[in-house]
Amino acid sequence: MAAGVAAWLPFARAAAIGWMPVANCPMPLAPADKNKRQDELIVLNVSGRRFQTWRTTLERYPDTLLGSTEKEFFFNEDTKEYFFDRDPEVFRCVLNFYRTGKLHYPRYECISAYDDELAFYGILPEIIGDCCYEEYKDRKRENAERLMDDNDSENNQESMPSLSFRQTMWRAFENPHTSTLALVFYYVTGFFIAVSVITNVVETVPCGTVPGSKELPCGERYSVAFFCLDTACVMIFTVEYLLRLFAAPSRYRFIRSVMSIIDVVAIMPYYIGLVMTNNEDVSGAFVTLRVFRVFRIFKFSRHSQGLRILGYTLKSCASELGFLLFSLTMAIIIFATVMFYAEKGSSASKFTSIPASFWYTIVTMTTLGYGDMVPKTIAGKIFGSICSLSGVLVIALPVPVIVSNFSRIYHQNQRADKRRAQKKARLARIRVAKTGSSNAYLHSKRNGLLNEALELMGTPEEEHMGKTTSLIESQHHHLLHCLEKTTNHEFIDEQMFEQNCMESSMQNYPSTRSPSLSSHPGLTTTCCSRRSKKTTHLPNSNLPATRLRSMQELSTIHIQGSEQPSLTTSRSSLNLKADDGLRPNCKTSQITTAIISIPTPPALTPEGEGRPPPASPGSNTNVPAVASNVVKVSAL
Amino acid sequence: MNLEGLEMIAVLIVIVLFVKLLEQFGLIEAGLEDSVEDELEMATVRHRPEALELLEAQSKFTKKELQILYRGFKNECPSGVVNEDTFKEIYSQFFPQGDSTTYAHFLFNAFDTDHNGAVSFEDFIKGLSILLRGTVQEKLNWAFNLYDINKDGYITKEEMLDIMKAIYDMMGKCTYPVLKEDAPRQHVETFFQKMDKNKDGVVTIDEFIESCQKDENIMRSMQLFENVI
Repeated sequence: MAAGVAAWLPFARAAAIGWMPVANCPMPLAPADKNKRQDELIVLNVSGRRFQTWRTTLERYPDTLLGSTEKEFFFNEDTKEYFFDRDPEVFRCVLNFYRTGKLHYPRYECISAYDDELAFYGILPEIIGDCCYEEYKDRKRENAERLMDDNDSENNQESMPSLSFRQTMWRAFENPHTSTLALVFYYVTGFFIAVSVITNVVETVPCGTVPGSKELPCGERYSVAFFCLDTACVMIFTVEYLLRLFAAPSRYRFIRSVMSIIDVVAIMPYYIGLVMTNNEDVSGAFVTLRVFRVFRIFKFSRHSQGLRILGYTLKSCASELGFLLFSLTMAIIIFATVMFYAEKGSSASKFTSIPASFWYTIVTMTTLGYGDMVPKTIAGKIFGSICSLSGVLVIALPVPVIVSNFSRIYHQNQRADKRRAQKKARLARIRVAKTGSSNAYLHSKRNGLLNEALELMGTPEEEHMGKTTSLIESQHHHLLHCLEKTTNHEFIDEQMFEQNCMESSMQNYPSTRSPSLSSHPGLTTTCCSRRSKKTTHLPNSNLPATRLRSMQELSTIHIQGSEQPSLTTSRSSLNLKADDGLRPNCKTSQITTAIISIPTPPALTPEGEGRPPPASPGSNTNVPAVASNVVKVSAL
Repeated sequence: MNLEGLEMIAVLIVIVLFVKLLEQFGLIEAGLEDSVEDELEMATVRHRPEALELLEAQSKFTKKELQILYRGFKNECPSGVVNEDTFKEIYSQFFPQGDSTTYAHFLFNAFDTDHNGAVSFEDFIKGLSILLRGTVQEKLNWAFNLYDINKDGYITKEEMLDIMKAIYDMMGKCTYPVLKEDAPRQHVETFFQKMDKNKDGVVTIDEFIESCQKDENIMRSMQLFENVI
């Protein structure tokens, strides 16, 4: 029941008195109206803008935030008003919904901002009024497509290390830019498609006369050569088709897809031709089959995005095309009939029957005007001119719809490409921001440690080197510090880590098992005893004189990504490294200073595997959350 | 023969097209004069109710109650009057299962005392005042007025049957026990047996009031909606 008419409920109940004299049984008791409050004004303060409304207005929709007791959480005792720290513009629409019962969607508003606000106030977007619903849905669909595009391109760029051979093959087929082999394959198939199409065309060109017979088309003159070419192409296509079939994740779906049908249709005529040669009866059909060879040109649509867009557009405009066809058919029949009867009397008229007039009508309506059939009577001429005028109109009407569809899809594709390019820039910026904040942490730590060191040494010269950090920053740094203590590892920055990796790996490589600990002065001291024990293992370890220097020897910062199954390999190598030095443990955090190190390329794992992982559970980089989208490989 | 006919048709078509073209250029004033009428209809009827004090004096509501009532009324009908379609729409919101349009029609006629096709706020208040704050006599009077469709002072069986069918329509199909075809008719028979004292096939206002006053159920149910506002 629309809450707007709740105001009329008293009227409906009053009108029920009309049933009373008719009723035979006694009526149920009316519900008591407990605590009948007087209607009061409540003040809603949304980011400074004050809205006022009756309490009953808000209570019309009791399952939303404002209509239920949930708004009491926002009640400000001092000012006796409800304070919401949200956008006042959208709140206007929300409040109007309570007042009028219709939710409107303002056009200037961003769709996701609006959705967020609606979600906050507990209002379902489905109740947007008809006036604005279409606009809302369109914008939402656009947005979803946009996000989907982003996700798709993201997925494409993820490097999934452990794919089966079949999956790699499929990816190679679908996206030729993934590896050089795929690219080669792509170009080879494209070349052969072109060759095949050109041979089909050239076959029919008259090729000069063999003495003693009439002019022959090239196909018959050099039939062997053409046959060999054809065979080669078909073999390539067959191999390609079988490979695709093998690699497809869902064979059944692949077989039903359009491209595979085109493939099959392209190669079938050849095989059928092989099977049924020299049979006079079916040679007519055989000739027909050769026509199907031209379908090979459709295989180019895998190579051309534009073709795919065109095909997709036509598919999505199916209804408009259907309408165009239907209206054209109607018009053709009408005008053909009229022209036939108009021209019936004229002598030697070409309009021998109504179907014969179809040709005239079609040619006229599409403004072709071949001139092989022309009306001779006056009536015929008049109707003929009306026919051509209406033809122009009928055809011109649905075409813009198709054009606009094509334009929309095409621009979407352009947008996707643009976004991909922008995304790189965006990611780079994000990375910079992340390293910025992680550097802030390390910097503050350095300063803090330095302060401690200075204090220890008893030289409280410089008071606070670090800049005054805000409360939130200091709390954040404290949090990270606690994490370090928990895992007995420390955060370090990129270069030092890389350096570490490089040195350790270089020294590891020649020697079999013994990690070159010498190259790792990079142990930041922590107060963890285990850590210090490890440091004593290092033959060359010079306990860093200053912690500052130690900080400089760590390396590699990575940015969090999704979980990687490659952890096992990295774990062992990480264990390896743990001996050598510090493996900063990384934990992902949304905010940033998450630093991970998945140090090594698999090259190191052979070395690492043999080693018994040295005690440190602290070195457990078993953070399951650890994974890196971007694996920085130290130069090996 | 055919040819000549077709030729004439063709020429006619050309002439018609030509005339239409001239109309487009405004050289020929054709077309019906209905544009002005359309404009008049488009202007919404705006009705302002009488002053608050006057209404307060005329009805048995307090000022505050009138305020609340008017706010609800104006919200739903910004133009100040309810026409029958809006009335039906509003009423049908309360009875989603059945078809309440017929009963709403009768109700509308009962509220629209001056029979001008629209219920203004005054009519609304007048009706509500009787129903919610009136004496039992007044309420019964109002009910009789509702049942008496042609307002001739008698309730015939046909009128009652219409009313009864309208009421049963509001129930819809899904009832328990299943609604039988002749349920309204039977109900009318019961009603007439109770009300029609002199068995003359019609119920007059006096018979009606008298019979109702004797029936305890009816008396009690009349008080049911006292505290609706």
